[in-house]
Amino acid sequence: MTSLFEYAPAPESRSIVDIRPSYGLFIDGEFVDGTGTPLKTVNPATEEVLSEVATAHEDDVDRAVRAARRAFVKTWGPMRPADRGKYLFRIARLLQERAREFAVLETLDNGKPIRESRDVDVPLAAAHFFYHAGWADKLEHAGLGPAPRPLGVAGQVIPWNFPLLMLAWKVAPALATGNTVVLKPAETTPLTALLFAEICQQADLPPGVVNIVTGAGETGRAVISHPDVDKVAFTGSTEVGRSIARAVAGTEKRLTLELGGKAANIVFDDAPIDQAVEGIVRGIFFNQGHVCCAGSRLLVQESVHDDVVASLQRRIGTLRVGDPMDKNTDLGAINSAEQLARIRELTAFGETEGATCWQPDGDLPDRGFWFKPTVFTDVSPAHRIARDEVFGPVLSVMTFRTPDEAVAKANNTTYGLSAGIWSEKGSRILKVTDQLRAGVVWANTFNEFDPTSPFGGYKQSGYGREGGRQGLAAYLRSDS
Amino acid sequence: MTHVLDPNALADTSSGTGTLPDPFADVTRSNDAFRAFLHGLPGVDQVGAEARAKVLGTRSIKTTAKAWAIDTAISMVDLTTLEGSDTPGKVRALAAKARRPDPTDPSCPAVAAVCVYGDLAGVAKEALAGTGINVAAVATAFPSGRASREVKLADVRDAVAGGADEIDMVIDRGAFLTGRYLDVFEEIVAVKEACGPAHLKVILETGELVTLDAVRRASWLAMLAGGDFIKTSTGKVSPAATLPVCLVMLEAVRDFRAATGRQVGVKPAGGIRTTKDAVKHLVLINETVGSDWLSPDWFRFGASSLLNDLLLQRQKLRTGHYSGPDHVSVD
Amino acid sequence: MSDRLTVRKTYKLYLGGAFPRSESGRTYEVHDAKGHFLANAAWASRKDGRDAVVAARSAFGKWSGATAYNRGQVLYRVAEVMEGRAAQFTEEVAAGEGLSAAKARAAVDAAIDRWVWYAGWTDKLAAVLGSTNPVAGPYFGFSVPEPTGVVAVLAPQRSSLLGLVSVLAPVLAAGNTAVVVSSKERPLPAITLGEVLATSDVPGGVVNLLTGDAAEIGPWLAEHADVDAIDLAGAPAPLAMELERSAAGTIKRVLRAPAEEPDWTADPGLSRLRPFLETKSVWHPIGV
Repeated sequence: MTSLFEYAPAPESRSIVDIRPSYGLFIDGEFVDGTGTPLKTVNPATEEVLSEVATAHEDDVDRAVRAARRAFVKTWGPMRPADRGKYLFRIARLLQERAREFAVLETLDNGKPIRESRDVDVPLAAAHFFYHAGWADKLEHAGLGPAPRPLGVAGQVIPWNFPLLMLAWKVAPALATGNTVVLKPAETTPLTALLFAEICQQADLPPGVVNIVTGAGETGRAVISHPDVDKVAFTGSTEVGRSIARAVAGTEKRLTLELGGKAANIVFDDAPIDQAVEGIVRGIFFNQGHVCCAGSRLLVQESVHDDVVASLQRRIGTLRVGDPMDKNTDLGAINSAEQLARIRELTAFGETEGATCWQPDGDLPDRGFWFKPTVFTDVSPAHRIARDEVFGPVLSVMTFRTPDEAVAKANNTTYGLSAGIWSEKGSRILKVTDQLRAGVVWANTFNEFDPTSPFGGYKQSGYGREGGRQGLAAYLRSDS
Repeated sequence: MTHVLDPNALADTSSGTGTLPDPFADVTRSNDAFRAFLHGLPGVDQVGAEARAKVLGTRSIKTTAKAWAIDTAISMVDLTTLEGSDTPGKVRALAAKARRPDPTDPSCPAVAAVCVYGDLAGVAKEALAGTGINVAAVATAFPSGRASREVKLADVRDAVAGGADEIDMVIDRGAFLTGRYLDVFEEIVAVKEACGPAHLKVILETGELVTLDAVRRASWLAMLAGGDFIKTSTGKVSPAATLPVCLVMLEAVRDFRAATGRQVGVKPAGGIRTTKDAVKHLVLINETVGSDWLSPDWFRFGASSLLNDLLLQRQKLRTGHYSGPDHVSVD
Repeated sequence: MSDRLTVRKTYKLYLGGAFPRSESGRTYEVHDAKGHFLANAAWASRKDGRDAVVAARSAFGKWSGATAYNRGQVLYRVAEVMEGRAAQFTEEVAAGEGLSAAKARAAVDAAIDRWVWYAGWTDKLAAVLGSTNPVAGPYFGFSVPEPTGVVAVLAPQRSSLLGLVSVLAPVLAAGNTAVVVSSKERPLPAITLGEVLATSDVPGGVVNLLTGDAAEIGPWLAEHADVDAIDLAGAPAPLAMELERSAAGTIKRVLRAPAEEPDWTADPGLSRLRPFLETKSVWHPIGV
């Protein structure tokens, strides 16, 4: 049977964005050529090449760091804090004014549904600039002593899952606190960062305050190991995080890391079931599961396991998968062939290890990188799909009988980024929240973000916070 | 284009039907037992329900899908007049409109029913004779429901005698809010009996129940008591129909069918004025309970001004240019 | 002058609330600043380090779960008990660090006062470092500081008591448990501090004091997967870099040491509390 009510295609127009055939590096306020071999960035939904982007070698990175240092010493550092704030307000406004352009470009380059880039990524990115703009001239009230000082040049390396939003999480606090920035976007998703460079020009941001160097791992290494970088901020895999921490060891560089996760989403038998099911879906299928804080381990109280799984499968059957540019798409494309291969590898483990794999019926597009929403039941805590971060739309379901067991299983991971709790009992929520070793706990909700709410991990999910008053500490030197 | 991965996801997988749903046979043995049952239903998190309704409200329904949605919505309208100033003339005019909503376009579907006060049911019946359009009458001391049970039942019998095919009753919200669930239940059972062959729609007046937890409980109560439809509102209390309320009621009929095999219809009423509102509701049905409810047999809009907006949008789709209020009839 | 033969003390480790010898059976000679023999101290091995981590981990739940008020009282009690042993500490500090009695006493006083200062912090950290978060939506959001977990502390090599207390007390005040490697050359105040901790109300395993060589045990602690953070105060520069590198393997929080051992009498502010606190942000819908 087919649905009576088929939605006609509702594609967002891509004409609003003008993608250039090639992009340079953004150094000292100008687009310049890079000395490395340019890389091609691809629309993962179609495998169409969108543009060619310069690659920064060590020399280019050095130019960028020197530009950032000059700006720190000559313009941005000495600037009146209120004026720094005004620049950030300008940037926030420009992001809002050009929101559609950013949303379309993000979806083309990343593969995420336009609904998410339009309703989540871009508005939140603007909100981060607004929030931090206000801090610029109030830092003495941030609880870091009477006269906190900026660190200098921040080298920042960000991932491909939220390209613009992660840029905002990094750049906004760095600039608000008086630092200057050399940022390296992910190699598969550089385009919104380069559009952001245009925003910096439009805002008349002094040259060198923000520098954007595109490239792959080599470029990232050059950024974090440059001797004149004072602060390294990285969001990405725990594996790369380790190597960065190693590289920074023995230097004066300050470091914050926001790494992987394997969050438990705990559903008690008194949960508001329909909302819990929505939360489970949002927890693991938001952004195709390319979310470090994704609720990838579902822990369900045994007494409601069958009901929850049945409801979940019914709900997953209604997810609309396909063209990310269609406004009705719920699940878009996997960001790259490489990531798709990793998801396939780990889910194959799930099956050979004895878990039961469930996927809804239906077809996926012929071109591009796709993976169906997937639920594994009969998962044991020892299975790799219960331990390794898949970073894709793959959920592992396990059960528990008592709150103690739920907490023990939830905490049984080397990660500690986030967790979810679903229960209508207030005291239980507070107790379990207290016991969970995770940096963000969503109770009766999941995957909510806000610039006022500090975000970051426990354990091997990293250290340092982004957002809120607490997030400022990463970019300031305090005397107390 | 995107497609739903599994179009059968929301199809009925349960089997068996029965009048008094087996698993719940003795939940009404006492008020305490009934209370325990209703309070044992899963809670509803208001923020989560509102967020879900909001996302569904952003669905973009275009071209062919929109044309289908408009015609479907028209066919689901209970064209309503519930004013103290209603007259036979007004009801006849409404009936004429119900049969041919757009006189310039015979392809435009008729509405599902005309909804009037009980004393005008006969007038409506006569005016709609042979059309297949139902007469719905509000009864049970609508809209407050503040009368003795005898008076309410007499009201129902009177409307049915007048020719009403459907009775829209109101529950005793006072009794519900003070926890006298069994009284509310028994009254619905009695009204259902008085309806005879007429279909019973049970108005919960969700604007007075306030919380979504109460909406879910009242929905189950009404379904267990034999209601054929559960309806949000009288239209006399604000807020009337809202998307989150409708979502919770759709979840209730979905779960009720899964548990008992019996399908119950849903009727949001009041406050739905635009095509956009109507389409949002159809999306809500489509993605919550699926195609089985996408028919006038199982979903209705209680509305008056909605129809004209649907007609204007329909004309726009047909002609390619915007229309104006003078191109649809004044009720 | 009595002709009574004195009863000499055997210097042991403080581990899991007990005073064992090193499992290795090793000891080493401790000398005063002038090179005179003072004692044979237990020479802790990597296995003692391993046992200490187990003890610290098992003590973490109770200590971190205690009320902040209770933790504050326990730390204040440490100060009280230390005060009673001030003479012994003074003697040990004077001998080990080669200070005059008056200067040694000043260091002891400062160490006792440092406990008092941190005791007062326990129930203020949440207010000072936490927040309610005015998120743009129908959610109540708040952030609370929480202890990082098991912290390995390489105590300062020079300041054997004030330095030790200055690095240990904040770790405890924040709710963490500690595995401490004392100053190698000047371990005696650490051993005595263990006796103080054992007779105050600090639960066993919350503090584990190992005498020995940071260069020997440090690498094991830096690599240990069940250690959450490491304070490099007592690690000389080349060792510190090596340990920081090792610590990267398990994404440990690392508190680096300045090139020169600092003046421990200075007001530390929050600088030694922040590194061993995590922030947990919590969201809950607001509805009816």
